[in-house]
Amino acid sequence: MTAPVQPNSYKTGPDERGYFGIYGGRFVAETLMPLILELQQAYDDAKADPAFHAELQALSTYYAGRPSKLYFAEGLTKHLGGARIFFKREDLNHTGSHKINNCLGQILLAKRMGKTRIIAETGAGQHGVASATVAARFGLPCVVYMGATDVERQAPNVFRMKLLGATVNPVTAGNGTLKDAMNEALRDWVSNVEDTYYLIGTAAGPHPYPELVRDFQSVIGTEARAQMLEQEGRLPDMIIAAVGGGSNAIGLFHPFLDDKDVEIVGVEAGGHGIDVENGHAASMTGGRPGVLHGNRTYLLQDADGQILEGHSVSAGLDYPGVGPEHSWLRDTGRVQYVPIVDQEALDAFQLCTRVEGIIPALESAHAIAEAVKRAPTMGKDKTIIVNLSGRGDKDVHTVGKLLGMDI
Amino acid sequence: MTETRIDRRFASLKSEGRPALVTFMTAGDPDPATTLALLKALPGAGADVIELGMPFSDPMADGPAIQAAGLRALKGGQTLVKTLDLVREFRKTDDATPIVLMGYYNPIYQHGSEAFVADAKAAGVDGLIIVDLPPEADDELCLPALEAGLNFIRLATPTTDDKRLPAVLANTSGFVYYVSINGITGSAAPDASRVAESVARIKRHTHLPVSVGFGVRTAEQAAAIGANADGVVVGSAIVSAVAASLDSEGRATPATVPAVLALVSDLAGGVRAARKSVAA
Repeated sequence: MTAPVQPNSYKTGPDERGYFGIYGGRFVAETLMPLILELQQAYDDAKADPAFHAELQALSTYYAGRPSKLYFAEGLTKHLGGARIFFKREDLNHTGSHKINNCLGQILLAKRMGKTRIIAETGAGQHGVASATVAARFGLPCVVYMGATDVERQAPNVFRMKLLGATVNPVTAGNGTLKDAMNEALRDWVSNVEDTYYLIGTAAGPHPYPELVRDFQSVIGTEARAQMLEQEGRLPDMIIAAVGGGSNAIGLFHPFLDDKDVEIVGVEAGGHGIDVENGHAASMTGGRPGVLHGNRTYLLQDADGQILEGHSVSAGLDYPGVGPEHSWLRDTGRVQYVPIVDQEALDAFQLCTRVEGIIPALESAHAIAEAVKRAPTMGKDKTIIVNLSGRGDKDVHTVGKLLGMDI
Repeated sequence: MTETRIDRRFASLKSEGRPALVTFMTAGDPDPATTLALLKALPGAGADVIELGMPFSDPMADGPAIQAAGLRALKGGQTLVKTLDLVREFRKTDDATPIVLMGYYNPIYQHGSEAFVADAKAAGVDGLIIVDLPPEADDELCLPALEAGLNFIRLATPTTDDKRLPAVLANTSGFVYYVSINGITGSAAPDASRVAESVARIKRHTHLPVSVGFGVRTAEQAAAIGANADGVVVGSAIVSAVAASLDSEGRATPATVPAVLALVSDLAGGVRAARKSVAA
């Protein structure tokens, strides 16, 4: 594929039809189309309303605990002996991941729109927990669709959602993972258009979701950029984040896109290896453009255009697509997307836990694993920000099983 | 645009004074030979227009019955190319019954929209219903299809208000497919009087025939809906009849084709009775 012309700014998308280059758009059934347009109007109104920003700011500060710290990972830096590594500590947010940023923004939108019922999809359960949390906070009923396979491998999060008052509906269609949960959430939405708000958890789906999720997550990069300038007096040389659907990554990346000297790296789930058919979830490394869940983007698919399930040790990364803005950033070359395989992520998970005393989410461990590769090749005067998108308590069962421990 | 088999079929039914029976089944469910046998026999059983579903791994607008049918077809190795092959085979013996392909965009996008339109036309397809291509995306497939002489049939739904309806109808041809409920295929039965109102509303905006679907299962419902519509679409009930006839391994049995034809004959009786009570 030929690279598109380099734009003057990488931060102007999407266009008014919801496209980033050829990616994005609004590929939805007619029943949903009026709702998508209504959401777009509501979001445009909210963006222009200082009261909306003030309420979101207050919740972010006093409820979610923002700003999250930019932490110098001294132990990991010493261990690797190269570039200095900083963690953006999204794991310290209320509910334990970056997902709360987006959920707070969207629940305020739902409230403005007069919606009285929240639905969400979830893979690892982090977004489900964050959705159930904000629904509880605002007194709205919440239904979370979760693949049956994920319900099993993320049992602690399922219990948290139930404690928060949400209904968790296991989805058995397909392989019972995130894409199947998203299909089922879309079916629910089509069937309950009057009262229901669909709180999408990642920067994908029909326009305006990729834009609004990015905007709500961009607080990560905006803070990190200011913190780095304050703490180090200059911008980082490299920023790294894991990409499933890509919300934590676009949140970190977006404020840095026009900082030409900052190298940006997105880490996809390499699973068992990129060469293993249907054995990974690296849609941009091992897939091709297609249309699913309302947008055109890179997808894992077979020759006939049937979507593959993908695999990753991390439930939050095994989605066969990716947000459309990432697809565009890939094609323009502004962001490099690389795979990290399961074993590398597991190794990084354990390394970070031992040398930093921080148990990272398996998703975030993919980003750490890339830093483990890169830092030793860079000078000690260089800096890397790694997005520590979530805490790893939810993953201890999975990791324990893989390490042969009975817990 | 030149007249298609769909245009001709609706025109002749109008002069007969009855609505069309539009039947849906998934291509390759559970195998291509069964689909071909059904295609050949459906017109004789009373199907006026045949919708053939192109199976997709992620059928977001479909309920459990059609989801399962798609999975059975995919498990049997059905592809978009094989679906076109079935239409080509059917056209060897039937040049009158309209065939509408129904599905989702991605398999077509992978085939290439231009190539797909040409291949579909050559195979004898008359129209397309692509669930996830709203009018906002007309340049993707709708316009090339119209140019090639294929009808592009749009879904209108209860959420499509009068303000939006003109945009939805602008490039629609063949007929308008009114989705009678906000929901997925195979949901609860629609209320016939509300459907009549909605059909009347759409007809204020278009001269195209209006067919109604989603949730119609029985001859009685077909008759009630058909009293005020130009066509009645039945899908989930038919694929459920296929499912009920399969053996424990999911394979077709000698009962499969007769079971579907019996249901279609019954439904055909329904649409033929649709206007009689009104006339009386």
